[in-house]
Amino acid sequence: MKRIDAVYHVRGEAEFVDDAPRPAEMLYAAVFASPVAHGAILSLDTAAALALEGVAAVYTVADIPGQTLWGSIIADQPLLAKDEVTYVGQPIAVVVGKTAAIARQAVNRISLQVEERPPVLDPRQAFERGHIIGSPRTFVLGDVDQAWEQCDLILEGTCDIGGQEHLYLETQRARVIPQEGQALRVYSATQNPYAAQRTIAQMLGLPNHAIEVDVKRLGGGFGGKEEQATLWACLAALAAWRTHQPVELVLSRQEDLWMTGKRHPYISDFKIGVTQEGKILVYEVKHYQNAGAYADLSTAVLERSLFHSANAYFIPNVRISGASCRTNLPPNTALRGFGGPQAMFVMESAIAQVAEALGRPRGEIQSQNLLQLGDAFPYGQRLQTDGVRQTWREAEHIYRLAEIRDRIAQYNASHFETKQGYAVMPVCFGISFTATFMNQASALVHVYTDGSVSVTTGGVEMGQGLSTKIANLAVKAFGIGEQRIKIESTNTTRIANMSPTAASVTTDLNGQAMLLAIEQILARLKSVAAAQLGVDDPDRIAIINEQILYDGQPTDWTWDRLVATAFLTRTNLSAHAFYATPGIGFDRTKEKGTPFAYHVCGAAIVEVTLDCLRGTYKIDAVKIVHDLGRSVNPLVDRGQVEGGLAQGLGWMTIEDLQFNEKGRLLSKDLSTYKAPDVFFMPDEIAIQFLEDMENTTGPYGSKAVGEPPLMYGIGIFFALRQAMRAFKPQGEFAFASPLTPERVLCELYADELKEIAESIS
Amino acid sequence: MTGQICFLLNDRQVCTSQAPGVSVLTYLRQAERLIGTKEGCREGACGACTVLLGELDGEQVSYKVVPACLLLLGELPGKHLVTIEGLNQAQLSLVQNALVDFGATQCGFCTPGIVVSLTGYLLAGGTDISVAGIKQALSGHLCRCTGYAALQRASAALVRFISQHSHASISDLIALTLLPDYFQTIPARLRQLPKTPSDNGQTSPEFWIAGGTDLCVQSGPRLASAPVRFLSQFREMKGISRRDGQIHIGALTTFAELAVHPVIRQLIPDIQGYMARLASWQIRQQATVGGNIMGASPIGDVSNLLVALDARLILQRDGQRRTVPLQGFYRGYKDTAQHPGEILIEIVVPVPDPGVRINVEKVSKRLSVDCASVNSAIAVHCESGIIQTCSLSIGGVAPIPLFLKQTSAYFQHKPLTKETIQGAFPILQREIAPISDIRGSAIYKRLLARQLLIAHFTQLFPELITVRDFHETH
Repeated sequence: MKRIDAVYHVRGEAEFVDDAPRPAEMLYAAVFASPVAHGAILSLDTAAALALEGVAAVYTVADIPGQTLWGSIIADQPLLAKDEVTYVGQPIAVVVGKTAAIARQAVNRISLQVEERPPVLDPRQAFERGHIIGSPRTFVLGDVDQAWEQCDLILEGTCDIGGQEHLYLETQRARVIPQEGQALRVYSATQNPYAAQRTIAQMLGLPNHAIEVDVKRLGGGFGGKEEQATLWACLAALAAWRTHQPVELVLSRQEDLWMTGKRHPYISDFKIGVTQEGKILVYEVKHYQNAGAYADLSTAVLERSLFHSANAYFIPNVRISGASCRTNLPPNTALRGFGGPQAMFVMESAIAQVAEALGRPRGEIQSQNLLQLGDAFPYGQRLQTDGVRQTWREAEHIYRLAEIRDRIAQYNASHFETKQGYAVMPVCFGISFTATFMNQASALVHVYTDGSVSVTTGGVEMGQGLSTKIANLAVKAFGIGEQRIKIESTNTTRIANMSPTAASVTTDLNGQAMLLAIEQILARLKSVAAAQLGVDDPDRIAIINEQILYDGQPTDWTWDRLVATAFLTRTNLSAHAFYATPGIGFDRTKEKGTPFAYHVCGAAIVEVTLDCLRGTYKIDAVKIVHDLGRSVNPLVDRGQVEGGLAQGLGWMTIEDLQFNEKGRLLSKDLSTYKAPDVFFMPDEIAIQFLEDMENTTGPYGSKAVGEPPLMYGIGIFFALRQAMRAFKPQGEFAFASPLTPERVLCELYADELKEIAESIS
Repeated sequence: MTGQICFLLNDRQVCTSQAPGVSVLTYLRQAERLIGTKEGCREGACGACTVLLGELDGEQVSYKVVPACLLLLGELPGKHLVTIEGLNQAQLSLVQNALVDFGATQCGFCTPGIVVSLTGYLLAGGTDISVAGIKQALSGHLCRCTGYAALQRASAALVRFISQHSHASISDLIALTLLPDYFQTIPARLRQLPKTPSDNGQTSPEFWIAGGTDLCVQSGPRLASAPVRFLSQFREMKGISRRDGQIHIGALTTFAELAVHPVIRQLIPDIQGYMARLASWQIRQQATVGGNIMGASPIGDVSNLLVALDARLILQRDGQRRTVPLQGFYRGYKDTAQHPGEILIEIVVPVPDPGVRINVEKVSKRLSVDCASVNSAIAVHCESGIIQTCSLSIGGVAPIPLFLKQTSAYFQHKPLTKETIQGAFPILQREIAPISDIRGSAIYKRLLARQLLIAHFTQLFPELITVRDFHETH
């Protein structure tokens, strides 16, 4: 089935926040943000900004009547900086003017005096100074200290993992319209409407009900609008509430790049012990997460890193620890994978080191240590599927891995200037919010008397195809035509206390809630039908293709007639329902439990060709076997796999987030931050979905799809490493990402680099 | 202010009194509320604001695809500006249908621009429509959601479909639902447009605008209120010809025109492949050779090539012309020997002796459509294994596109051997002075300079020398 919103997309009629007709007298906001990473504010002078023709007001923290600190997990972040600034891009004041251009002009007239302090940018350094957010965490399985003795080989290493810009095409934005009394209606590009609602309410000292947040769709989110959209909604709300005029705040691309947080860089130390045969006996890892200046979602991201530190492998003795380290970067945040990708990269690096030390193909070490049905994870849960091994075997078989290996070996034997490499990347990703309480959702379904249906859930459409899948589920559950269904905007007045659209679970949670609501309405409709047909058992009534069947036989009742009759017989045609994922829970005092409803598994083969003279590379093919369960919409799911893959490939290679020693973003625009383009992606992307996989948790047996495919991209690092190894067998190659052409060339030519350095000194 | 700017906007005539330096993107979204044109970056890097710009070309209108953020109102007089709204019909168009069918939209923010580009490609492609070509049409678009796979499937299907149908004329394309009916009426209506008053009387403007692809990014907000003039009115500044042993390149010649011109292709056989990597398909149709030179970026791709080719610049002011060698034109970072008020009219390249081989190299983080970490060009003549002449340029390792004078001179009359090339390494390293920046560390750029020198000779003379030769001692 096609996407329900695609027609609006292709006609340019899909409405984003600032596309809606502008209310009269709307003002436009722009943000004045800190130019330095760390320092005490000595003075702030906004007089020149205020004096500019067309400027309505300039607001600072002093204009906030309620709480000035916010944060969904730890409320430690100032909405506007007061006495000190702790990252470049931290908002200090918000200007409103008649146009966005005037507001920006006024921002440039604000002067700030700061007593600069040295910034801390390195997470290990922050850790050593005790700058830790929350508490360090440790997961343990088996007896690590005793296990080292049984190992034939023990290796240690360090990974230095880069961050990633979300690069949603639609930058952060919000439009706020004052309502009667103190109330505000907020149109925000947010994955988390409830967070915007409650944070604005707290900021203004109002009850939550005074704030209505409405989200039609996002132009991409990828986690970047889960926590971080809130701030911009708040600043627009503050200005609207103060001016009593509508206010719109839209960040320019460059503002968005330097003022918002990104995927967390990690520095991780690992130690791994194996037998001579390559069986992993023990693994120890310490993650130093670069959290940035405030808590944001960092502690939750770190938690998921701990959950996924052994990725798809069974290791009997494991000690995983990590700390969220406070630095002077923008607060880092959710980005597709949410700490999982960094942890998996470390595991794969450790395996690469083992394979190289044993002189064996990396794939052999991987495959002999894969998780199987019933194996225990370090957090206590047992794997309820054999999907890890099944997808690996399938990939090996249908893509003829042995032939790929031989073909590449032959290529490398006959080529000097270019070399090829491949890697297999298995993924085993847990599905559920790791904060158990967040695994709840509700839905509101109305059937109107003309037979049309309105569905509201707590999930946000951000390109992932949620509304299409929800509509598909509704069509199936009701037994009616697709044109009957409308998926409404996400709105805090219709759905209260919603969880953010995140963790890949939005279709699962909201789809199930909607199915429960539909069940209620159907039960009522079937009772009406039974009464009208003069039969006793409503359960023998079904609706298929808008026809009412009894015992599988058509009746002369249709959907239209049934709905109209139900209304006249005073039947409730609306339902609200609530869903909470059953059977999950996690005890953080013991760091054990069943945090995940299920796991999504898959394996990808990544093939590359490396230009060993220039350090540049090309992705030749990516071949994936992925477990979707019973897909609700294969077109949407395929798109999620391909898009996630692209983001993972980019993260590992060319997406080079750089800050200077003063904490200022160097990759500050799209000419300096390069994301995958059409030529970066391989011509061949093969995707095979496992068929007939069971999943009792997802709606109609479907599985979550959003995040796991991103981690297939990790394979490219090890494919490139193999190609580099083919060119320079004795080279010293770091486990550092992104593996840019610069890093590749400098590692291939380390000796020449030294010569050059000496020759110019 | 230059009075009214009159043009066709989709199916209607528009006259605006906004300033000519206002960006079309701002105008469309704010003044016209045509919200299908999206702002994704304002630097021509994402394609979300792509529009079609049609211009009378004899009896026909020829259309090109342009990011609206790099297009100024002053370029519009007498032209047909088409936004996504201007492609919409009662039913979905051919391109729209394909994107829907293949699930090639996810968040939908980049989609309208992509629809415009694909339509523009099929509209302008004539008989040359191909799967490889339509991939080029996607080269200026960032899509963060799809990974481009579904977009490519849809594009390939479009190529297959169009190829099976007659698509030579506008009425063919209307029949195929690629375009709405009104396109039929555009040539006649363009001819009837009121003439926009010429701005020739204006005294020296603050900005002369050629393609604007760099200027709009560097100075965008200032252009809206600054006095600007558009060079595009000087049609004689376009085109390439060969006469008197010299190649004459009009300063307004676009990257796209340079890439396909037979005179240039004869000189540099792979120029098309090289140019395709430099900039997106959209930008190549807009960016000019002259703009690349006068922008004076140390990593200018075309300027770098022209330095190696020993090009001369013809500069003009008040009817007076002078000739300046490009190799001495750059004096420092973004500082040139241009006199105030001078305009670059033409670039003259001496036709190299037969036997001269030319190679261009560029390494960037992303292979396509990215700024160079280091770029380099060489024109070298080698006979019987002896280098007769050599001219080398390099970008990204100095404040200017650098002519490697000493390294070039070193090669003269030397045998083309590994030892000769290795002997050039220290000279090369002395001649360059890279700094560390987002494009790479200084030491990496030094290494790249070395590698690209090897690349030049191994590319041009594979029969004499290979990359492996440099690793024999390893």
